[in-house]
Amino acid sequence: MKLYDLTAHEIRDMLRKKEVSCREVTENILDRIAKVEPYISSYITINDEGTLSMADNIDKLIKNGEDLGDLAGIPMALKDNICTDGILTTCGSKMLQNFVPPYNATCVERLYNEKSILIGKTNMDEFAMGSSTENSAFKPTRNPWDLSRVPGGSSGGSAASVAAGEAFFALGSDTGGSIRQPAALCGLVGLKPTYGMVSRYGLVSYASSLDQIGTLTKDVEDCALVMNVIAGYDFRDSTSVSGVALDYKEALIQDVKGLKIGIPREYFYEDIDIDIKKAVYEGVKVLCDMGAEYEEMSLPYTEYNLATYFIIASSECSSNLARYDGIRYGYRASECKNLNDVLIKSRSEGFGEEVKRRIMAGTYSLSFGYYDEYYKRALKVRTLIKNDFAKAFEKYDVLITPTSPHVAFKFNEKTRDPLMMYKSDICTVGINIAGLPAISICCGFKNHLPIGLQIIGRHFDEKTILRVAYTFEQNTKYHKKRAVI
Amino acid sequence: MSIDIKTIDYIANLARLEFDNKDKEKIVNQLKSILKYMDKLKEVEIDGVEPTLNGIETKNVFRDDVIKPSLDRESILMNASEKKNWCFSVPRVVE
Repeated sequence: MKLYDLTAHEIRDMLRKKEVSCREVTENILDRIAKVEPYISSYITINDEGTLSMADNIDKLIKNGEDLGDLAGIPMALKDNICTDGILTTCGSKMLQNFVPPYNATCVERLYNEKSILIGKTNMDEFAMGSSTENSAFKPTRNPWDLSRVPGGSSGGSAASVAAGEAFFALGSDTGGSIRQPAALCGLVGLKPTYGMVSRYGLVSYASSLDQIGTLTKDVEDCALVMNVIAGYDFRDSTSVSGVALDYKEALIQDVKGLKIGIPREYFYEDIDIDIKKAVYEGVKVLCDMGAEYEEMSLPYTEYNLATYFIIASSECSSNLARYDGIRYGYRASECKNLNDVLIKSRSEGFGEEVKRRIMAGTYSLSFGYYDEYYKRALKVRTLIKNDFAKAFEKYDVLITPTSPHVAFKFNEKTRDPLMMYKSDICTVGINIAGLPAISICCGFKNHLPIGLQIIGRHFDEKTILRVAYTFEQNTKYHKKRAVI
Repeated sequence: MSIDIKTIDYIANLARLEFDNKDKEKIVNQLKSILKYMDKLKEVEIDGVEPTLNGIETKNVFRDDVIKPSLDRESILMNASEKKNWCFSVPRVVE
């Protein structure tokens, strides 16, 4: 195995044993990027300036016997909607194509303090709206498992970068499945933490009550290591949850004895690929062989998840994106006659098609006469969906479903009909509506394309879903397979 | 209500967006089919159900009103496309 194929914890161990230097690891990743990036296009910005001298510094610290964190010296990638001081943060949009943030997001600050090495900012669907990364204003990203297919989205660049060995781990954001779905399509582990676990300070807002930053990694252990760094209270995010710092490494044990798994029937309906249903049930069987028990059950309001999600997300988006006025930052149209002209022309030229569509849908559902019919109604259905989950968790420790209804699809397969693309998130949006944590892990392959299994947990119970995912991984080999490019 | 070009003009103005005629027609059709799907929510019995704004219960967070250093003017203005005399610049708004 090549260095770039290893996991972050394997690299950490090698660095600590001085079997490899941080410079060698970083050079290996930069070489890999030079070789595969022309095919994959994971990155919008590659941050090669100063990375090697930073690696040398870490080598010095190691040589001096300094006590370093798990992710010190590990090359990482960040989704391009996470603000990085002095480094371009475009959100995959023409609107922000020249935006250089004057500050770091809290999670970036934490990773810098850990001494992780930022390799680049990854491609994404514009403003995180999409499920294939085809909505990027700059370029599509290709799936490392099959270059004729999408990597999923909206964190498609982050997923592709890790799956292609262009970074050891990446951060993404997940509003309706934008971490878990690309993780599934690229054969990775993707965690959307409980709402409030990771500070959203410095994350460019899409739908604030649903957005959450999370991880894309090659295995569950790496996921725990990254969570240890990024999770925790932050006074700069008023929805950030205070509490004691957790050590997610404690969840890395093989133990599912007596664990009660609920399998919600509604997540196995006819539109889900039959091979995915089979693979997920086989995955559940692996856990049952280790002492877990499962039962089929029902989440009756599931059929309303997508409509509820879309109305809430587009409403919040229309309000959040009102800030792009072409004045303080972002794209500004030329030759504007008056102030209204600046607003209308800058926004119409700066935003892409899908973003405008969601702003229009959101503005409609918030407008006079439709507010009660759409937005308010969606918030009430949200209560019912949330109650569904709460009731299920009185009886079950985790719920298991497919992550995506299909494996990675071809370019342009779903771009013609927006609704068809939205339905890619059918298995993931409910979790954001309820603010729950969920992880996607690889549970098999269909025609060499990865299949994702989703484990949903109680609020703030990341530890249980990590333990279940870890147990699964220790008894299977899917996570060891790498895309060949 | 059905969505037509007039609705699109009204909503676009609220959102400070503009579309050419070809795009308007496209967006009428797309919003129609999207809203038709969203209308599914109308079959849900919601009498007496309280709305949920957030998956996690949140409450207003207060902080002490203390002066702290913030971003400096230069770094804020750096991202503005037009500036003058250390201020954002816009077309004349008062005749």
